[in-house]
Amino acid sequence: MVDAPDTPAGLYRTVRLIRRFEERAIELVRTGEIVGGIHPYIGQEAIAAGVCAALRADDIITSTHRGHGHVLAKGADPARMLAELAGRSTGLNQGRGGSMHAADFRLGIFGANAIVGANGPITVGAAWAARQAGSDRVGVSFFGDGAVSQGVLLESMNLAALWRVPVLFICENNGYATTLTVADAVAGTITGRGAAFGMPAVTVDGMDPLTVLDAARDAVDQARSGGGPTLIECLTYRFDAHHTWEHKARVRYRDDDEVARGRSRDPVEVAGARLAADQRARIDAEIEAVLAEAVAFALDSPRPDPAGALDHLYATGLRARQGGGC
Amino acid sequence: MPWLSYQKALNRALGDELARDPAVFVLGEDIRVAVSNVTAGLFQRFGPDRVLDTPLSEQAFTSFATGAALAGRRPVIEFQIPSLLFLVFEQIANQAHKFSLMTGGQACVPVTYLFPGSGSRTGWAGQHSDHPYSLMVHVGVKTVVPATPTDAYGLLVAAIRDDDPVVVFAPAGALALREDVDYAELGPVPLGVGRVHREGNDVTVVAVGHLVQDALAVADELADEASIEVFDPRTLYPFDWDGLAASVAKTGRLVVIDDSNRSCGIGAEILATAAERFGLAAAPARVTRPDGAVLPFALELDRAVQPSRAQLVSAIQGVLKDG
Repeated sequence: MVDAPDTPAGLYRTVRLIRRFEERAIELVRTGEIVGGIHPYIGQEAIAAGVCAALRADDIITSTHRGHGHVLAKGADPARMLAELAGRSTGLNQGRGGSMHAADFRLGIFGANAIVGANGPITVGAAWAARQAGSDRVGVSFFGDGAVSQGVLLESMNLAALWRVPVLFICENNGYATTLTVADAVAGTITGRGAAFGMPAVTVDGMDPLTVLDAARDAVDQARSGGGPTLIECLTYRFDAHHTWEHKARVRYRDDDEVARGRSRDPVEVAGARLAADQRARIDAEIEAVLAEAVAFALDSPRPDPAGALDHLYATGLRARQGGGC
Repeated sequence: MPWLSYQKALNRALGDELARDPAVFVLGEDIRVAVSNVTAGLFQRFGPDRVLDTPLSEQAFTSFATGAALAGRRPVIEFQIPSLLFLVFEQIANQAHKFSLMTGGQACVPVTYLFPGSGSRTGWAGQHSDHPYSLMVHVGVKTVVPATPTDAYGLLVAAIRDDDPVVVFAPAGALALREDVDYAELGPVPLGVGRVHREGNDVTVVAVGHLVQDALAVADELADEASIEVFDPRTLYPFDWDGLAASVAKTGRLVVIDDSNRSCGIGAEILATAAERFGLAAAPARVTRPDGAVLPFALELDRAVQPSRAQLVSAIQGVLKDG
């Protein structure tokens, strides 16, 4: 039996699933099965788990370059997700998107997005359209602290507040935009940006999925009942690299003490401490089995046929001219 | 039969599609009062849920439309200034255009981007006078540049009904054009199909947008010297290569008049494709804006960098002499 995602066991399950998914994915980056590397979500899992536990299946999310956690927490199949990372035709996007563009529209996952802040207005437009259609679906835009320096995101907050669009702006403040600290990038405060547009803005502990869930629930209730958007700043820490290239490049921008301090509060432990040892062990074993199957599925899946490299370029089926000689 | 202006044709197409399909809505700046006239009367007919005045947030409202399209709507965005395309290039070229492929066909983004008044507006200077359709062709976004009121109506309707993003450039130089039309015969014009406005045997002149009228005038002027065929691609991407091939197969000679900057403009692509495929009897020629042109303000300077009839005449005469 699967625990409901908004129970302590369900939250732990999601946090643990994301953690182990990322660890398995990093292994596959190292062995060359995943090309292009990934932006590991390790350390930030409580945010995706808490926010998505407050959502309905038909709610809409958009995500970022560091998006695996959001996509999994919203219910994507880990096997098809891993197959996408490995560039296989069985992947969520048939191997056309990869790590930074994973999407599953049937689950309301309107795509991870590789341009920082670009998903903000897309979420607002989608949530507006859902409301216009008479539904009470909400949209969630996940982004990092780096995105608050993007004008387009701030413009989209203005539109959302102005038109009372049912949206949650979830800022994952992990302290760094790649290597640049928040202190070096952000004047004023992050929540101050929400307040400037007249929307509720709160800062919460992003390492505890239960705390995030509580804040997200309030924001979802407000959005569903016509009260408009909320900005939630979740304080967190990225345990691993900005991107796996750092594993080789050894870029130095965080000292060891800081990383040790950041890792000392681990969302897996925060969520796990609420469960009995045997319950936790059962969930862990279950996740190992799911991921073993996912890895096998991904690696056994066929690679896409190069002849179809530009399939889906146009929704109408228009075929582009080829690049080779005529 | 009634006279339909190009501008009114755009207005009529928007009204007809808003009435026909509840998924369609229009958004943009100052469209309730219809500063550009293209949305005149639509707010009164369809109300604030279908005709949205936006703040001056072009980047956000362009991707807002993408989000609405992903959720099943068919947005039409009116942009007041052609150069705003540079501001929203990321939102169109890097977001809307890429969703279908990147999601493995899960999503489509049927947004129409309407630029009424593209190209020189006569004295609007450097940042209001661009004609950046070739940029969209380069990235592979469907691009139309209607030349006549009938085609403006038909191509805008087709763009709105298309499941992909489509950019519609309505040249400032064509907006006042009027045509005798039977309203009952107005209908969608399929994307990717060119139109021969005038048949001829000696040389094919490919003319884009408002330059079609110039090409027709020049064809008249040179009627004693040469029989000129005027081919209007109507859609620049996808381009009607077969239609152009058929024309050039007849004439063997090719001249292009195109309001792009010269380097990497659509004129360059047409000449390159002709060189590869068409077996021309003489070297082709093109009349364009200069490389990297910025339109200067003073009227004489503005006109000096736009393709002119005089340039077209000498290009045609040169091609006829050659070979």
